[in-house]
Amino acid sequence: MERVEFISEDQSVIHEDGTRTETMMLNMGPQHPATHGVLRIVLHLDGEMVVKAVPYIGYLHRGIEKLCEHITYQQCLPYTDRMDYIASICNNIGYILAVEKLLGIEEEIPQRAKTAEVILFELGRIESHLVGIGTNALDLGAMSAFLYCFKERERIYDILETVCGARLTTSYPRVGGLPLDLPDNFEEVVRNFLKIFPKTLTEVENLLTRNKIWIERTKGVAVISAKDAIDLGLTGPALRGSGVPYDVRKATPYLGYENYDFEVPVANEGDAYSRYLCRMEEMHQSLKIIQQAIDNLPDGPFIADLPDIVLPEKELTYTKMESLIRHFVIVYEGFKPPAGEIQHAVENPKGELSYYLISDGSGKPYRMRVRGPSFVNMQALSKMVEGSLVADVIAAIGSLDIVLGEIDR
Amino acid sequence: MSFDLEQATVLLQNEFPQDILDIKEYRNETTLLIKKDQIHRFCKHLKDNLDFTFLADLTAVDYLEVKLPRYEVVYHIHRFGPDCEENIRIRLKAELTDDNPKIDSVASIWSSADWLEREVYDMFGIEFTGHPDLRRILMPEDYGPFPLRKDFDVRNREASKESFEKALEDGRD
Repeated sequence: MERVEFISEDQSVIHEDGTRTETMMLNMGPQHPATHGVLRIVLHLDGEMVVKAVPYIGYLHRGIEKLCEHITYQQCLPYTDRMDYIASICNNIGYILAVEKLLGIEEEIPQRAKTAEVILFELGRIESHLVGIGTNALDLGAMSAFLYCFKERERIYDILETVCGARLTTSYPRVGGLPLDLPDNFEEVVRNFLKIFPKTLTEVENLLTRNKIWIERTKGVAVISAKDAIDLGLTGPALRGSGVPYDVRKATPYLGYENYDFEVPVANEGDAYSRYLCRMEEMHQSLKIIQQAIDNLPDGPFIADLPDIVLPEKELTYTKMESLIRHFVIVYEGFKPPAGEIQHAVENPKGELSYYLISDGSGKPYRMRVRGPSFVNMQALSKMVEGSLVADVIAAIGSLDIVLGEIDR
Repeated sequence: MSFDLEQATVLLQNEFPQDILDIKEYRNETTLLIKKDQIHRFCKHLKDNLDFTFLADLTAVDYLEVKLPRYEVVYHIHRFGPDCEENIRIRLKAELTDDNPKIDSVASIWSSADWLEREVYDMFGIEFTGHPDLRRILMPEDYGPFPLRKDFDVRNREASKESFEKALEDGRD
């Protein structure tokens, strides 16, 4: 293996007055509080300027794609939590939708389940943006915004806890709909959140949007043009911050997003501040979507009536022989999608998350490929920071809002 | 004037009669099977003339004991259209044989292919000729086997152990 030398001779420059300068190599991470996980960046520095930045990833690699080849479709669900663990519910719903597309049962999903999934998805988006903005601000020295963000995040965790019992690793919906009906107080807690949250959002906005220090640390920092952003495959706020209004919810709507009235916020500067503005506005739009969804949350069935795919009710499993056998078969063998392959994309808080599933007709995925937004967005880091100051690397990482659990999978 | 994928595939077929081996339609997704050595030329045509500016995903699949040739490299290519309103996505595939898993890199067409191709190399051992920096990305740099191949032995820990011990030794001096 090539050894990393900390002063590289080949980068030395002899100036006109005869002085010789060398670039210095600085190792940032893997254990660094501002890298949002275990990311290592080798920075080549000329004084305080970054000449070259080479990210090294893979410290959290667990081989989720390989693991999923050996288990049934339903068993893959908990693994998807552990990718983007900041918004695990969004990963879960994205995966469930992909399997439903592979099975060809999108039409069978009851409206109640779809609407509930939209609410949870948007809550996940708010949760992720709160962490993204909070930690970005914390890295740049604005401690108080972080505390406001995390206080609100707790509220979302409380809602998730009432719905599925888990706070961080939700593993929530099932193929076909929701495993149990929503709790009785679901509407109440969501409405309560809709009432309280805008106040905090305004507070965070007041703390940051016109804060001189925040603006100076983020405006004109880590700039990426629209052309480069598309070329580098950026998605999510990182792409919309450069002025490209691509949002999967509008582009290829799923879960009935075409029926909701919302806008896709775009900022044109392409810097860290633009990305922050996009995230802020997206939270407002998410609130708008949640409001519409909770107003139109229908009663009725919460899971599709598909005996081959959906587990029988617990009560029947315990009392009827046939149901017990059916339960046993679905758990052990899993449902069997027809042979074929699909790709399904959702707009995760951080960008486009798509699953590429190949079925060979058995109960286990032949191949599950996850295209995580953070993995592709991370590529832009080198381009963003080269030629800027070391301190701006922190702002760039924070504004890309990456999660290493999803980069490394 | 909106872009019609069906019409475009017909046009492509006329333009590349030898190179498009197969066209499939499944669950509203179009898949084109492209001749392996023409992939770079074909992708360049799609980007330059048909405005497929966005590479959404690049991955590979190992079909060991299922079909021959063994590997498939899969590209998901996206066209935004004006004001991001069209959003057309197609899937390209190229087949690679076991004895020569090599294909032209598309990193010069879409920069996003850089890491995606590195990941495919890391997981499948497929080499991309013309890639600017083809190194392992997720696994340790001196790791031997390729984990997402179907014949990878999941219970064999030797390779991980070896690279771990080597790293320890490197750290000593």
